[in-house]
Amino acid sequence: MTLRDLTINQAHQGLLDKEFSAVELCRSYLENIKEKDKDIFAFLSVDKEQAIKQAEQVDETIKGGGRLPFLAGIPCAIKDNILVEGLKCTAASRMLENYIAPYQATVIKKLKKEKAVILGKTNLDEFAMGASGENSAFGPTKNPCDLTRVTGGSSSGSAAAVAADMAIFSLGSDTAGSIRYPASFCGVVGLKPTYGSVSRFGLISMASSLDQIGPLAKNINDCKIVFDAIRGKDEMDSTSVDIRRESKDFKIKDLKIGVPKEYFIKGVDKEVERIIKEAIGKYEAMGAKIIEVSLPHTEYAVATYYLIMPCEISANLARYDGIKYGYRNKEADNLMQVYLHSRGKGLGDEVRRRIILGTYALSSGYYDAYYLRAQKVRTLIRQDFEKAFKKADVLMTPVAPSPAFKIGEKIEDPLKMYLCDVFTGPVSLAGLPAVSLPVGKTDNLPVGLQIIGQPFEEDKILEISKLYGND
Amino acid sequence: MISKDQVKHIAGLARLGLTDEEIEKYQKDISSVLDYVEKLEKVNVSGIEPTSHSVRVENATRKDEIKSFDGRLMDLAPDKKENYLKVKSILK
Repeated sequence: MTLRDLTINQAHQGLLDKEFSAVELCRSYLENIKEKDKDIFAFLSVDKEQAIKQAEQVDETIKGGGRLPFLAGIPCAIKDNILVEGLKCTAASRMLENYIAPYQATVIKKLKKEKAVILGKTNLDEFAMGASGENSAFGPTKNPCDLTRVTGGSSSGSAAAVAADMAIFSLGSDTAGSIRYPASFCGVVGLKPTYGSVSRFGLISMASSLDQIGPLAKNINDCKIVFDAIRGKDEMDSTSVDIRRESKDFKIKDLKIGVPKEYFIKGVDKEVERIIKEAIGKYEAMGAKIIEVSLPHTEYAVATYYLIMPCEISANLARYDGIKYGYRNKEADNLMQVYLHSRGKGLGDEVRRRIILGTYALSSGYYDAYYLRAQKVRTLIRQDFEKAFKKADVLMTPVAPSPAFKIGEKIEDPLKMYLCDVFTGPVSLAGLPAVSLPVGKTDNLPVGLQIIGQPFEEDKILEISKLYGND
Repeated sequence: MISKDQVKHIAGLARLGLTDEEIEKYQKDISSVLDYVEKLEKVNVSGIEPTSHSVRVENATRKDEIKSFDGRLMDLAPDKKENYLKVKSILK
């Protein structure tokens, strides 16, 4: 039996109507992985046995006539920086190559409660640091739309798995675009929730003031089902909150869409710009009002992000010391050398670059000039959005300035790679929710529209995304 | 431009053992990023409060209670003796 291209709703209905069993559904997706993933490399590990066991339990529930949660029996994939108890969690780093998660991330607890079937763990840029997926210590994920191109990062495998029908949905994490970027490049839907909407407990920390877990899926409906399952306050994450702004009586003709002029600048691919403007035009044709807004500090966002993030990384990654867990260099003959060699060899190039940058920016004499100043500019960036949202209900922009680029094209020049975050980074600095919605293709390469909402207005941006008519 | 010695010093603080070639490469990379972030000097930030988190949560407290944890943390240690982490001797 071949089951492909299913949405959560279709799979759920198929299970209810007994068109196929959860085990058949699971085997079908495992088959897809076997067939396709040798070319794509979306998965770092696949746990066939456990997946089938989970599916068997769902079939038992169906047989018993019990209530079937929406996600029950749905095959999914989890970014390999989210802890699934008993499975390896490598963060695509040599440092954690043999690390077995000793506890369950809160989002996984929630998915398990819904009886979702976890197929495996997906590839990423090492410790989620990268915009292309090429920084994985185990090799890059290739874009299912064109195997010579990157998937975008850092949730590279999570986007590719959904795009190539190797999972119905996946979880990724987003610090400055890591869900939206690969979603845009692979032509799937991605949601980066408001900071605090989803518990980060069990997510391997990168930059804690920015990291958020979110879903990648085939369509908006699926995205919403998964978001509803994982959201909410968690006592294990003190920055999580239980705020939800419901989107009641929403009418498209009352909608004011803000288009920030700073996001349509030189350097944006002409075709991308055309596709995005056409997509916005479609909303205008439906009756929405389009207004130009200004986010004047946009050009400082990447610089701000590339100070705040490395500072947080340099502190967060101090835990990898070769003592408690992870890689320990065996040749070291004193304690200092254990630290130096374990970290020097266990951590990859980009990770070390960011640790050095962050350590430098936080070091004595530089703190005020770099870190503190960046935090102040972050305030100005946040205020830009607050002002724009006085005029507009949502904002629409490109996710990325270009479609998927070639593998190897930017990897030699870190700064060039950092500039990929130009349209997604500011949104993260302000902590806002945003969707990446596939709205067109150029030379067969997908292009994503970014729909940015006010804090905790996920429901609204998802509803607006749905109006586009992809579902 | 940040100097080679500075990179060496910073890498030492961060406990990263680097080869000479790596130091040279990071010297170049870090310098180009530092040149780029220099643009923040043009922003007038006088009187602006810093933002550490976008969602302001203050004093999130909980009861200080012991909860059991049955995760097998010690199994993850690269080297141990009985139920202790084993490290190189510090006192000579």
